[in-house]
Amino acid sequence: MLLEKTLRSRLAEKDILLMTHIVLGYPSLATNRQVISQMVAGGVDCIEMQIPFSEPMADGPVILKANQESLALGTTVAACMAFGREMTGQYDIPFLFMTYYNIIFKYGEERFFKDCQSAGIKGLIIPDLPPEMGEEFFRLATRYQVAPILIFAPTSTERRMAELNRSAAGFIYCVARRGVTGKQSEFDDDFDAYLARCRAATDLPLAVGFGIRNKKDVAAITGKADIAVIGSETIRLVDEQGTEAVGPFIMGLR
Amino acid sequence: MENKGFFGKWGGAFIPEILHETFEQLDSNFRQAKEDPQFWQEYLDLMSTYSCRPTPLTFAENLTNHFGGAKIYIKREDLNHTGAHKANNVIGQGLLVKRMGKKRVIAETGAGQHGVATATMAAKFGLECTVYMGEVDVQRQRPNVFWMEKMGATVISVKDGSRTLKDAINEAFRDWVTNVDTTHYVLGTACGPAPFPEMVSWFQSIIGVEAKRQILARHGKLPARVYACVGGGSNAMGIFQGFLDSPEVELIGVEAGGKGIDTGRHASRLCGRDASPGVAQGYKTMFLQNNDGQMLETHSVAAGLDYVGVSPILSHLAEEKRVRFASATDDEVIEALDLTMRMEGIIPALESAHGFVQAFKEAPQLGRDEAIIINQSGRGDKDIFTIAHAFDDPSWKEFIIARGKEYAEDKKGKS
Repeated sequence: MLLEKTLRSRLAEKDILLMTHIVLGYPSLATNRQVISQMVAGGVDCIEMQIPFSEPMADGPVILKANQESLALGTTVAACMAFGREMTGQYDIPFLFMTYYNIIFKYGEERFFKDCQSAGIKGLIIPDLPPEMGEEFFRLATRYQVAPILIFAPTSTERRMAELNRSAAGFIYCVARRGVTGKQSEFDDDFDAYLARCRAATDLPLAVGFGIRNKKDVAAITGKADIAVIGSETIRLVDEQGTEAVGPFIMGLR
Repeated sequence: MENKGFFGKWGGAFIPEILHETFEQLDSNFRQAKEDPQFWQEYLDLMSTYSCRPTPLTFAENLTNHFGGAKIYIKREDLNHTGAHKANNVIGQGLLVKRMGKKRVIAETGAGQHGVATATMAAKFGLECTVYMGEVDVQRQRPNVFWMEKMGATVISVKDGSRTLKDAINEAFRDWVTNVDTTHYVLGTACGPAPFPEMVSWFQSIIGVEAKRQILARHGKLPARVYACVGGGSNAMGIFQGFLDSPEVELIGVEAGGKGIDTGRHASRLCGRDASPGVAQGYKTMFLQNNDGQMLETHSVAAGLDYVGVSPILSHLAEEKRVRFASATDDEVIEALDLTMRMEGIIPALESAHGFVQAFKEAPQLGRDEAIIINQSGRGDKDIFTIAHAFDDPSWKEFIIARGKEYAEDKKGKS
């Protein structure tokens, strides 16, 4: 099923969906398996799996370190693709890949889309590929039915949001604030005004990410957005308390 | 933006959405400035009063006689304020920052020259300044860290990745996406997302404009060849632009051969076989990367050349065969530096000395009535610790040991 449709049918039953994030190969693919199992058991609706890159420009210290350590342990793109296939075969929720454009460019764009499609990957989040730089990418995304998820930022004008919306599918990823991943966000009046602008610019579901850490943060965006994205927080949790802590953490979010 | 910032198939602006508006603003300010003759005039005035422009073109008579071929001329970018061509770019961007009304600048630096130049500009224009520098480079270019801090800049040592120039660039981008409203990123070379490659090259074109005028006045005709070292490529783009439209002038870019082009320990992207097309740090160019697209470790004795990517404009000119690329090893660089100091009393930076190596190889093949120009992008005295180490200089070592003891005793006395 197409990503948007899957999300919509889940939204019919829940006030807010949860999307979680992992860095593939950090601290190991074996741990990733345990974490994903906990996440699914905890009821997450969608998981983005980051294929590590040596230059993760948009990521903060937690995810940056996870990228570097995963690569130092020898994680390859081929292993990530195989892992993605394994997860989609095992669990009935949508899985996405998040990575940087060079990974796809070097793999070969068409080959990447073909392999994603056959591995059952439903969407791609590529923070350094704006639509004007990726004509071929967006054409292939349509052809292979792998949703290109685009990002809105607080600095995006209405005109820009409309432009992005024309190339987007699946959902829109609204970055909660300026900055990189993993730091606290303020969900205040300015934020509400920003989310209202996002909502006006697209009919796609809205995900909110960057700095969502607890039940209070999830509650703050419920009713205003459709999906809460938990990124760096689960990596921190696994580092500090081990994989077993993930399930209870997810269950406590809503 | 014309051609979306591409030169042939190279360049572009692969940037996170958060930076989209700020790039629009930067691009439109840059276009306006480029069309405005007063902007360039203000730039020239500042460069001739705050820095030492025009920089001289020195005839290297002793080296010319030594090699017995073409007349060797040296374009003296080392005589700029802060000792390198970096000032040209930084002052230009500083004037743009004033136009845009931003109050804070950030920069990455490898050798430290760009950091020092940015700190200087920030002090002069009253801007807050933070400089990102890889931990490895902080170690090898300590004197530059000292000067940046003395001029009021905050220097942040970057401990991620290979802890060199590319990691400093990533960290500067992370700062920029956080502080985009108040801050301009003074990118130091002709790389990165559009419009940086074009903009930095435009400010650096002052080198080529002067060099062309100077060589015609001194030599009566254009040079046969022009040599420049290539890290990111801004000094090379600067001097080459004076001669790009004259096909009879051969342009040669010299990359870091490190321990040797076949050892894997180098930073040669456009000569050699280790680089391939890629997209990172916001632009498409030839990168030193593995088959998965992960960037490789690079090596050079010269911190300013120790970088995985190269200007997309140079990738284009290489593909068009307008610029020829060669490499110089660390050992060759030390040898050329030694010869230049002894014969001419001039101290090129380790980066610049790469250009000298290739020029020395080729000068004897050319006739005595021909001239060549080497762009001396910077001065070498900033490299005193690295150069003294490479020469294994005994009296310098004694001095350091003695000074170290003195400081250690000072510290003991105080604690």
